Amino acid sequence: MRHIVSLLMENEAGALSRVAGLFSARGYNIESLTVAATEDPTLSRMTIVTSGSDEVIEQIIKQLNKLVDVVKVLDLNDGKFIERELMLIKVKATSTHREEMKRMCDIFRGRIIDVADGSFTIELTGSGTKLDAFIESLDKTAILETVRTGASGIGRGDRILKI
Amino acid sequence: MNQVSITTAEPSVSDKLPSEQPATSKHASDKHCTGADIVIKCLEAEGVKFVFGYPGGAVLHIYDAIYKQNHFKHILVRHEQAAVHAADAFSRATGEVGVALVTSGPGATNAITGIATAYMDSIPLVVISGQVPVPAIGLDAFQEVDMVGVTRPCVKHNFLVKDVKDIAVTMKKAFHIARTGRPGPVVVDIPKDITAHLAEFNYPKSIEMRSYNPVTKGHSGQIKKAVKLLLEAKRPMVYTGGGVVLGNAAESLIKLVKTLGVPVTNTLMGLGGYPATDRQFVGMLGMHGTYEANMAMQECDVLLAVGARFDDRVIGNPKHFFSKSRTIIHVDIDPSSISKRVKVDIPIVGDVRSVLAEMNDLVAAEAPKQSPALKAWWEQIEAWRSRLCLNYNNSNGLIKPQYVIEKLWEVTKGDAYVTSDVGQHQMWAAQYYKFDKPRRWINSGGLGTMGVGLPYAMGCQFADPTAQVACVTGEGSIQMNIQELSTCKQYHLPIKVILLNNRYLGMVRQWQEFFYENRYSESYMDSLPDFVKLAESYGHVGMQITQPGDVEGALKEAFAMKDRFVFMDFITDQKENVFPMIENGKGLSEMILAEDL
Ligand SMILES: Cc1cc2nc3c(=O)[nH]c(=O)nc-3n(C[C@H](O)[C@H](O)[C@H](O)COP(=O)(O)OP(=O)(O)OC[C@H]3O[C@@H](n4cnc5c(N)ncnc54)[C@H](O)[C@@H]3O)c2cc1C
Ligand SMILES: Cc1ncc(C[n+]2csc(CCOP(=O)(O)OP(=O)(O)O)c2C)c(N)n1
Ligand SMILES: [Mg+2]
Repeated sequence: MRHIVSLLMENEAGALSRVAGLFSARGYNIESLTVAATEDPTLSRMTIVTSGSDEVIEQIIKQLNKLVDVVKVLDLNDGKFIERELMLIKVKATSTHREEMKRMCDIFRGRIIDVADGSFTIELTGSGTKLDAFIESLDKTAILETVRTGASGIGRGDRILKI
Repeated sequence: MNQVSITTAEPSVSDKLPSEQPATSKHASDKHCTGADIVIKCLEAEGVKFVFGYPGGAVLHIYDAIYKQNHFKHILVRHEQAAVHAADAFSRATGEVGVALVTSGPGATNAITGIATAYMDSIPLVVISGQVPVPAIGLDAFQEVDMVGVTRPCVKHNFLVKDVKDIAVTMKKAFHIARTGRPGPVVVDIPKDITAHLAEFNYPKSIEMRSYNPVTKGHSGQIKKAVKLLLEAKRPMVYTGGGVVLGNAAESLIKLVKTLGVPVTNTLMGLGGYPATDRQFVGMLGMHGTYEANMAMQECDVLLAVGARFDDRVIGNPKHFFSKSRTIIHVDIDPSSISKRVKVDIPIVGDVRSVLAEMNDLVAAEAPKQSPALKAWWEQIEAWRSRLCLNYNNSNGLIKPQYVIEKLWEVTKGDAYVTSDVGQHQMWAAQYYKFDKPRRWINSGGLGTMGVGLPYAMGCQFADPTAQVACVTGEGSIQMNIQELSTCKQYHLPIKVILLNNRYLGMVRQWQEFFYENRYSESYMDSLPDFVKLAESYGHVGMQITQPGDVEGALKEAFAMKDRFVFMDFITDQKENVFPMIENGKGLSEMILAEDL
C-alpha cells in the first residue's frame, strides 16, 4: 500500500543522504521525497511517499527512527491527512488551441504563470492523482515539459508533527 | 560555486604547516589548544587506555600530540584493518568503547572492513580518520576519500568536523552514540587543517540530543504478560544472543533460566551468555547448532528471545519455522530488530539487563515449581540430546580438528579468551570449546570476516595482559592479516595461534562437496608457507603438530610458555566436515547429522 511518511530531522549536511541511502540500501521504494527547512532553521521537514506491505512499512518507520539525525517520524496514513503537490507544466498553445488550453487549466484550477508565443506554463497544485488526471486529459503531443515537486503532507486538525 | 569560494579563501593554516607553526603547543593549557590537542584531551576525558592506529599525512598533527602525551598507549599495527579489528576485540573483551585512528584516503578505506565487521555485530567503536584540509575537500586532493559517504551504510553514525570548536562536542557525541542503545561504530572524520587550528578545550560533562534517545526500560505491562506466558508454558524455550553479552546481562539470564528450570540456547554471538557446562544449556542453535537446540526451538510452545535477531543462519527458512505455532516474546533494545524476519507476539523494547531484572522479580514472587509438562519436555530434550550430535570419529592417524579444540578447552581449563577467524575452524571452536563466561568468545558472526582472528587476539591480550589468549584459525584466514605477527612481536603479546591447517578453504570445500558434486573450485590452499619458519622469522616460537598423540602435549608446552607468542600449525584431517548442518533454505528440524552420512 502507498504510505506518506513525514519526518523532522536535524538540518545538517548529509542528513538527506542518510535517508536516501537507507531506502536504497534496504531496497525500499521511494515514489517521491521532498525536503526543506522548517520555521525553525535547525530542523528539516521531509515527506517521503513510499509503498510496501504492512511489515515493510513498519520496518521503514523503525529504520527511519533509528537514524541518529531523525528527530520524529509520523506515518500520515495512520490518521487523516492532506497531501499536496505542485506541478509546473509547459504546454503547446498555438493559435487554435490557446483557448482550449486556457479552459482546461481553469477546470483544474491551475494558473497560467508564463505566456509565450507558442506555449503556456501552467502552475497546478493538488493531490498526485489530480495532477495525473490533468496530464491524462491533455493531448500528449501538447506537453512540452513537466516538473513535479513530489507530495508534501500534513495531518488534519490537531495531528501535528512538532518537537 | 564551491570552487569560487575556495580560490578566494585565505591561505589555510595547514598551508603553513608544519615548518612555520607548531601543530601542538608544548604544555597546552585548556585555553589555547590545537585541534590535535583537543582530540587527545577528549580521549583522555573518556578514559581511553589504548588507541590502535597507523599514521599518515592527514593525521600528523594528531600523531605529534600523541607523542607528547602519556594518558593512553598507542598501538602501532601493520595494516589499518587490523587496527579496527583490534579495537573491536578490545571492546568485545572489556565492554568499553574501542578506539582506532587512521589517516585519510587509503588509511580510511583500509579501515572499512573493520568498521563493517563491528557494525554487523553491534560493537561500540570510535574510529577517527584524518581528512584532507577543508578547503581541499571535493577537489580530488591527494589521499582524499569521502569517508562519511563511504562509511554511511556500515556505521551507527558518522561526523565530518569542519570547525575546531566542534571537535570536543563531536567526540562526546561519538562516544555517547557508540556505547548507548544498540551499540555500534561511529566515525569521526577530521580534516588536517582543523587539527592545527586553535580553540579552547571544553569537554561537555553530559550530552543531550533531541534526535537520539534510546529506550532502556521495557514496558512493564508487556513484561508481566511475558512472565505469565513463561510460567504457564508447557514447552518453554529461551534463545539468547549477542545482546546478553553486550548488555552485560549474563547473571540476570542465569537467574531467570535457573528459577524457571527451562532449556536455553545461545546464538554464535551469544556464547558464554549462559554457562555451556550447565545441564540446562542445550548448545548453540542454527545452521551448525546442536540437534537438541534446533529441535527445541522448533517444538517449543513459548519462546523467549533475548538480545538475538532471528538471523537467517539461526532459524533457517522462516516458513518452515512457522509450520509449528508458538508464542514468541522478543526482548531487544532496537525496535527494528523486532518483527524484522519473524513476527513476534510480545515485543519488549528495552535493555536486556533491566528487562531480565524485572522478569526475575516477578518470577521470584511466583516461586515456580517444575510442572509435569515441563518434566515431560525435559525428557523429550534429553532424548534429543542422547543422539550425541557432536560425536565424531576420532583417529589415531589424522588429527581431527574437533579433538584439538576439546584438548584446547582442557589445557586452558575452559578459561581462555578464544578468538577465531571464519570457516570450519570457527564452527568447531564454537561447538567444542565450552564457554562458561561472556566476553571470552570473540569472533565475527554477522559479516563473517576472514582475517579477524589474529588482530582480535591482540585486542584481547591488551585488554587482559596476563590472560590466556588463543586464536583458532585456518590457513586461509590467518594469511589475511598475517602481517600482525610483527605487531605481536613489538608488544610482546604471548598469544597462542591454533592453526587448524586442512590445506583447504574448508568451509567452501564443504559446500562444494555437498552442493556442487565435489567440484572443488579454487578452494585448495596451495603454496602455503612453512608456518614454523614464518613464526620464527618474526622472533616467535613455531611448532608443527602432525600426530594426534602429540596434540595435548604440544598444547601444554605452548601454554606453559607464558611470555612467548607460539604459532601452532596443526596438520588436520583435510576432509572433515562440520555437523550438524542445515542447508540454505531448509528448516530447523531438517538437519544433516554426521551419523546420516
Ligand atoms: C560461517 C558462519 C556460520 C554461522 N553459523 C551460525 C550458526 O550455526 N548459529 C548461529 O547462531 N549463528 C551462526 N552464524 C552467525 C550469524 O551469521 C549471526 O551473526 C548471529 O547468529 C547473530 O547473532 P544474534 O542473533 O545473537 O545477534 P547479534 O548480531 O549479536 O545482535 C544482537 C542483538 O541484540 C540487541 N542488543 C544489543 N544490545 C542490547 C541490550 N543491551 N539490550 C537488549 N538488546 C540488545 C541488538 O539490537 C541485536 O538485535 C554464523 C556465521 C558464520 C560466519
Ligand atoms: C574476507 C572473506 N573472504 C571470503 C570469505 C568466504 N569464506 C568463508 S569461510 C572460507 C574458508 C576459510 O578457510 P580457512 O581459513 O582455511 O578455514 P577452514 O574453513 O578451512 O577452517 C571462505 C573463503 C569470507 N568469509 N571472508
Ligand atoms: Mg583451511
